[in-house]
Amino acid sequence: MMVRFLAAVLAMMLSVSTGLAQSGPLRIEITEGVIEPLPFATPNFVAENAGSADMGAQLARVVAADLQGTGLFREIPASAFVSGVSDFGAAVNYPDWRAINAQALVTGAVNVSGNNVTVKFRLYDIFSGAELGQGLQFQGTTAGWRRMAHKVADAVYSRITGESGYFDSRVVFVSESGPKNKRAKRLAVMDYDGAGVKYLTDSRSIVLAPRFSPTGDRVLYTSYETGFPRIYVLDVGSVQRRVLESAQGSSSFAPRFAPNGQTVVYSQATGSNTDIYTMDVNTGRTTRLTSAPSIETSPSFSPDGSQIVFESDRSGNQQLYVMSASGGEAKRISFGEGRYGTPVWSPRGDLVAFTKQSKGRFHIGVMRVDGSEERLLTASFLDEGPTWSPNGRVIMFHRETQGASGRSSLYSVDITGRNLRPVQTPDGGSDPSWSPLQK
Amino acid sequence: MKTTTKALLIVGALALAACTNPDRFGGDGGALDPNAGANTGVVAGSANDPSSAAYFQQAVGDRVLFAVDQSSLTAQGQATLDGQAAWLTTNADYTAVIEGHADEQGTREYNIGLGNKRADAARSYLISKGVPANRLQIVSYGKERPIEVCSEEACYAKNRRAVTVLAAGLTG
Repeated sequence: MMVRFLAAVLAMMLSVSTGLAQSGPLRIEITEGVIEPLPFATPNFVAENAGSADMGAQLARVVAADLQGTGLFREIPASAFVSGVSDFGAAVNYPDWRAINAQALVTGAVNVSGNNVTVKFRLYDIFSGAELGQGLQFQGTTAGWRRMAHKVADAVYSRITGESGYFDSRVVFVSESGPKNKRAKRLAVMDYDGAGVKYLTDSRSIVLAPRFSPTGDRVLYTSYETGFPRIYVLDVGSVQRRVLESAQGSSSFAPRFAPNGQTVVYSQATGSNTDIYTMDVNTGRTTRLTSAPSIETSPSFSPDGSQIVFESDRSGNQQLYVMSASGGEAKRISFGEGRYGTPVWSPRGDLVAFTKQSKGRFHIGVMRVDGSEERLLTASFLDEGPTWSPNGRVIMFHRETQGASGRSSLYSVDITGRNLRPVQTPDGGSDPSWSPLQK
Repeated sequence: MKTTTKALLIVGALALAACTNPDRFGGDGGALDPNAGANTGVVAGSANDPSSAAYFQQAVGDRVLFAVDQSSLTAQGQATLDGQAAWLTTNADYTAVIEGHADEQGTREYNIGLGNKRADAARSYLISKGVPANRLQIVSYGKERPIEVCSEEACYAKNRRAVTVLAAGLTG
């Protein structure tokens, strides 16, 4: 039975989709650019025991917010429902959901027992009149209930789009407060949707550009704690940190992990010259990868670890280059008008996101790794510092407003350039780094 | 047909460990030294005392400015640095950290590289005028510490700077 069902899902995934044909299978092709979001309903999850009702409502709200936030789905409000769902195990009354034009229905049940929460959900394809995929059950703690909602939303997103989700993920960023000339910065981590902010450092020293490790348990960042920029590695769980040794009399910044989680690529400035190096975090052994007299910085590994994309002004202004992970000759990939910086290789390996400055404006953009098909996704006074969602479909970045009262805040945008939206943080925010999906 | 409720739930236990780590950096996050890197504070001594840091800052001139995306010294910058070199030669007890800064029209990490080039240009010039290299360190703040906050060239011009910040006493 399971095999037959999976085969059916696979057939749906392989079928040519017209995006949102009302009579077709429940399917969204992300790359086609969705004009009309898919209408869905998420009634409050059914309480399986006394005292679970509030949790059932909260879970449904987070699942709905995750899906709606993608711009690919549109939630049908409960006030429009013809009938509700009061029994998770009962058959779905498809005509009632067709009547309000719901194409997808997410039902759930929750059982809270002490600190333990059990969540079940099912996804229904209303027009086909069938369940899409199998029911799933998650167990966790009351403190981690939001993660269970994100897991449900990830499964729904994945079944309908054929892509992996990105909701059960975190973002580490720089929390900013105070005026522009006395800006206080400290590291913070939160869920991808801005919930559950925790601070990882104080604001005594300038901290910059935190970057998650490939497993999301550690963060690399730059701090002026010693009076000079130095790279630190911080354990997110224990908040313990240590400085990575660097050469006497030099400054180190712009660190990122290699996919192996052990090698760090970064910039070191010695005298007037900034070059790219790698360091083994365990042994401290360093290797110099570039030796041009220009500024080489913002290095980022390809997901297979074989190549590094970085920026250099060796041609006279900032442009993007790709070189082998062991250094050597670099190939320029950006050729458009303006300056290109902060390249970040997509987790899918297909694209590089970047910051572009042209004619006094800043843009976030993407291009293929060979430099072709450049596409600008945003434009403002100052947009900077893209980071990829775990599935490579969404980019988060920061936007700074103009003038004496200028403030920086986080935004996300699809790689199609659609669905630009602010990410709420308690204070200002900059330099976001998106974690992988949590296990 | 089997009942639909049977064996349809795949149990996936989530390792959702409770957060045992208190938010130790909650609250206001600790005090910030508002002057770090900004050099807006009053430095020690009276400007009437020619061997004071205040005299250096105000009479000699502690900073040189740069053109957009440039790190080469202007003629005016060189003249200021000539004065700094002479003063540092006379007042041999002082060491200095030269801070390089950029305006906000650039990406963060590039601007750190650029600020470094500016600070090093000032340092190299002072060394060429006889100031011992071991008395001069550099640090780049990139665009992190503007002294002027407007988003116009009038402000940007003052933010593209290398500032020689004195510390009393030779180290080591």
